Amino acid sequence: MKAAVVVFPGSNCDRDLAVAFERAGAEVSMVWHKETALPEGVDIVGVPGGFSYGDYLRCGAIAANSPICRAVVKHAEAGGFALGVCNGFQILTETGLLPGALRRNAGLKYICRTIGLKVETTETAFTAGYAKGDVIDIPIAHHDGNYFADEDVLARLKGEDRIAFTYTDNPNGSVADIAGVLSANKRVLGMMPHPERAADSGHGGTDGTAMFSALVEQVVSA
Amino acid sequence: MKARVYVMLKNGVLDPQGEAVRHALGSLGFDGVEGVRQGKVIELDLAEGTTEATVTDMCEKLLANTVIESYRVELN
Repeated sequence: MKAAVVVFPGSNCDRDLAVAFERAGAEVSMVWHKETALPEGVDIVGVPGGFSYGDYLRCGAIAANSPICRAVVKHAEAGGFALGVCNGFQILTETGLLPGALRRNAGLKYICRTIGLKVETTETAFTAGYAKGDVIDIPIAHHDGNYFADEDVLARLKGEDRIAFTYTDNPNGSVADIAGVLSANKRVLGMMPHPERAADSGHGGTDGTAMFSALVEQVVSA
Repeated sequence: MKARVYVMLKNGVLDPQGEAVRHALGSLGFDGVEGVRQGKVIELDLAEGTTEATVTDMCEKLLANTVIESYRVELN
């Protein structure tokens, strides 16, 4: 399975994400934001956490309009997989690949700690390694993770089983405790928590590993 | 020519920063501040003849996230 991890000026989780994919057995290439195309044969694109373009204007807004993001959108629209973590989630909502938006945390503070995450669906390669209802421990580290979607969008997300993860104890004010959402074809996932930061015993937890192993297994066979 | 774009969170979208400012004003003794909404102003220096439609397009594509924000354009 071939993964590409996008690198923006200000990305800081790009290498962690690449290592998590590599450990699971993927062949990983890093792609600079000025590139206009993804490497040939890429199965999944990782859009990492960090502070792309210094979070200027709005988190993810400038990255969403970068040359590489046009290629990411094309890849996803053609049925390719994409995983956006933290700032990557913000970027994917800004591109319109995922619905909703991320606002400033309700408590206004930057939050950096491990939280409980409930797996809401396993009808996607991203969560095929978990059981529905599992609660996993994954770190969050964000200032703007307060997910918003209007009533209509929320109803659609619920009806189409597109809420991937919810917080067991909502840390940031997100509507319906949402921590991660899927695209209509369930091949694009955006989530605020960092599975790549729970993918090595040195991280203090390995609950994120199952996401990467399942992706490598399922995306190859897809 | 110049354009000024005002970007605000839409009504109905909670503005925690505005709320924090409201509380701070209250603790400074300013009574009667019933609501504060915080937004941003973006000033654009534009080539003569740039139309309002173009600036609106800029708002839609980049300057505002219309999922949560509304915008208003002033040209002068």
